[in-house]
Amino acid sequence: MKITDDSPPVLTALDRPNSYIGRSVPRPNLARLTQGRGLYVSDVTLPRMAHVAFVRSPHAHARIGGIAADAAKKSPGVIAVVTGAELAEVMTPWIGVLTHLKGLKSAAQSPIAVEVACWQGEAVAAVVARTRAEAEDACELVEVSYEPLPAVTDPETALAAKTPVIHASLGDNLCFERKLDVGAVDKAFAEADAVVETTFLFGRHTGVTTEPRAVVADWNAGEQRMTVYHGTQAPHMMQNLFAKHLGVAEQQVRVLTKDVGGSFGIKVHTYADEMATVALSKLLKHPVKFVADRIESFVTDIHARDHRVKAKIGVKSDGTITAFEIDDLTGIGPYSVYPRTSGIEANQVVNLVGGPYTCPNYRAQARVVFTNKNVMCQYRAVGHPLAVAVTEGLVEQAAAKIGMDPLEIRRRNLFPDDGYPCASAAGLKFEKLSHHESLAHLDALMNYAGLRAEQSRLRSQGIYRGIGFASFIEVTNPSAAFYGVGGARISSQDGATVKLDAQGNISVATGVTEQGQGAESVIAQCVATAFGVSIDKVRVVTGDTDNTPYGGGTWASRAAGIGGEAAWQAGKALRGNVLAVAGAMLQAKPEALDIRNGIVVDSGSGTERLSLEELARVAYFRPDTLPAGIQAELVATRHYVPRAWPFAFTNGIQASYLEVDTDTGFVKLLKHWCVEDCGTIINPQLVDEQIRGGVVQGIGAALFEECLYDERGQMLNGNMADYLVPMAAEMPDIECGHVVSPTADSELGAKGAGEAGTAGAPACVMNAINDALRPLHAQPLTDMPFTPDKILRALGKV
Amino acid sequence: MSEHALDISLTVNGERVHERVEARKTLVDFLREDLALTGSHVGCEHGVCGACTVRVNGEIVRGCLMLAVQCDGATVETIEGLSDSGEIADLQAAFEQRNALQCGYCTPGMIAAAQDLLKRGGVPSRDEIREHLSGNYCRCTGYHAIVDAVEAVAQARAGAKP
Repeated sequence: MKITDDSPPVLTALDRPNSYIGRSVPRPNLARLTQGRGLYVSDVTLPRMAHVAFVRSPHAHARIGGIAADAAKKSPGVIAVVTGAELAEVMTPWIGVLTHLKGLKSAAQSPIAVEVACWQGEAVAAVVARTRAEAEDACELVEVSYEPLPAVTDPETALAAKTPVIHASLGDNLCFERKLDVGAVDKAFAEADAVVETTFLFGRHTGVTTEPRAVVADWNAGEQRMTVYHGTQAPHMMQNLFAKHLGVAEQQVRVLTKDVGGSFGIKVHTYADEMATVALSKLLKHPVKFVADRIESFVTDIHARDHRVKAKIGVKSDGTITAFEIDDLTGIGPYSVYPRTSGIEANQVVNLVGGPYTCPNYRAQARVVFTNKNVMCQYRAVGHPLAVAVTEGLVEQAAAKIGMDPLEIRRRNLFPDDGYPCASAAGLKFEKLSHHESLAHLDALMNYAGLRAEQSRLRSQGIYRGIGFASFIEVTNPSAAFYGVGGARISSQDGATVKLDAQGNISVATGVTEQGQGAESVIAQCVATAFGVSIDKVRVVTGDTDNTPYGGGTWASRAAGIGGEAAWQAGKALRGNVLAVAGAMLQAKPEALDIRNGIVVDSGSGTERLSLEELARVAYFRPDTLPAGIQAELVATRHYVPRAWPFAFTNGIQASYLEVDTDTGFVKLLKHWCVEDCGTIINPQLVDEQIRGGVVQGIGAALFEECLYDERGQMLNGNMADYLVPMAAEMPDIECGHVVSPTADSELGAKGAGEAGTAGAPACVMNAINDALRPLHAQPLTDMPFTPDKILRALGKV
Repeated sequence: MSEHALDISLTVNGERVHERVEARKTLVDFLREDLALTGSHVGCEHGVCGACTVRVNGEIVRGCLMLAVQCDGATVETIEGLSDSGEIADLQAAFEQRNALQCGYCTPGMIAAAQDLLKRGGVPSRDEIREHLSGNYCRCTGYHAIVDAVEAVAQARAGAKP
């Protein structure tokens, strides 16, 4: 492969001279990371900093009797041993509910368990010591007497009368329930020529960020101020929550987020042990550091995707889909996670099933129940991988049943490209999608006909290859409809402040954050283009609640579409401010001037008139020479939130080509394709790499990843030797293609791209495996992850 | 730190180091905590993820599976040293240009492992690159871009040689 510099794209309405929109400029912040000179929270050390380690419940459910800490308190280096009751003095508990998820309920959760531990791994005491090693030594000396309680571990029986209720105050183990019945479902199934009914199972899995969760909290009693160095996706949300539960004002809390070693939705939640670390700093008047070790990560980082979906599709012999029906059941652990809740994933499954298709008949039920396992919550592509696997699994099984090509059945049912705006049966509103163009692009990109011929030829030699597809839609650029309307202080708007310094360089402070997606690059590209300077003159500041505009952070594929638009508008506003000053200095009309490549020019002729450095010198140091009444404003702030649409839906289609070894059950991935439409592409390379990384995360779910629990609620594989993740040797090359349908809700027209890969990959790997095994008459596999033993079982070999 | 501490002398990134360390302390904790060389990262602490990959006496090792006291007398090179010597400048440039890193947490270990392959010479196939990097976990990139970057450097180095 050759790495070549990109060339400027075809001109669009967004093009300004020296435009960076649509160009693969390298990210400005990478050299420090390739040199190992980043600043992750795990790298942070402060004077007098202590370390906390937690004593964690070995039981899935147990009443906490006495906690004997005398020996631990005498252990070398120990500063304090703190229980849940003691920590309750400085921090209040929380309840993870949102009012727009009607009926959703949960119990109060404390930073450290008080009275009852509800999952294996929940902290029951904290040991603070000079070093982490000393804190862990002392944890061994803390004696907790537990009275084990029955553990609720099977979602199927969680609501049964005989099953113990985890939180007596709630009355039952039901967290949330949703029902939907649209069109005439029974009639549609009756009129179908074929019906496929099956059950999809999804392995509970987790994010396995390379850097575990990390926080350093520093309460300054003199300033009465808390500084939290936090590996989070949402600094302002965390500022609010730390302040609220410490009982201080938000302005008494500063959250600093520099480099973050992976997030994927794992680091956008409230974690009890992180809250405890913050509370301990206030209690002990010490900076306190907590970095989860990998074993702790497995039992405390949010899990996701543990769903059982009974599903049904009706189809006419001409391929017309007549109805979808699903019954989703998910066990989310003992608490709905604060503040985003654990009801969203199931809610998304209900929203998204059938989403790419015109079929008007849809019935869904989802039940979210409490269990005594680690909590589940939003993880990259929330609900999408489940809904897409259910929908696309049904579609391909239905196609096989009526003997129709899997791309053809999609062509006959996907929303037509010229039929927008429109809405899905579940009520999702689509501004402009491109299912058919994407499908046609994929067909050509992968040489579908050629692959089918190859597949057929190899089958005659006993080699079983499969081709699987997944059309998908993806929620991006969420408005306040996602969380704000439910009462959560999670900002859907974002801001950017752009400043011209005294040397004519630009700094941008943005509310979105960087965990590797390339947000800093995208923000710099937008500002450089809108304002009119080369990108090396732009410095981006993120992750500091003292110094960035209030914003939501980076999650739900929102940083480019929302943060980018705010930055674009701020850049334009600053250009206007600068040209007002330039007009006064040059005795020209501001509208006859422009800024190009860092120089004020006549917009018509391009003649250079004034450097930004000279303009800044006058504005900052010789404002007396400007005409009376001219006050230079060389800082501009703009905010943006989507208003016309609750979400900017994107769409796409993926394909997987793989080979199944029918003797060993091993799957070899040969190639993967994804064609998607995220609207205006600000940086093609970053979009492609989001897709590729997302695809591989989805492949992990399809083939390897599962948090295994026994019936007592003990996690059996909480380490990286037993919990398998995708590694380089097993992964395929991934080819990306794009269709561009900008959203008219913003000037940039960018939608999100962060989750499309993860949304579709599990479904198309599943479909490809089943395509490979179809001539062997194997029962279609629908139980992820598709491990070799499951494949051999499907083949009747074991 | 008590009766279980030992004195060690070693060379780290070309500098002589004399420290008293606890016998139980891993090499990566020693580098990060005692020498403030935080470029070597801790990901799993049980030898699977490769984020702590460093070079000891010319061979790449897992900094979490080796004790600091085992490095008495050894020559240790971390990402900071490899960067400053210029040995991996082309790999770093290729990773940056190809966006072969996102969060960057795995990158120091990934580059150390890639350099271990490339210094053997020749142009490895994409499969050989994937195989050699199969002990280094990256959650962000999906590996494709990393393979591209390593392949491009291998080709460039081969082309640069007579």
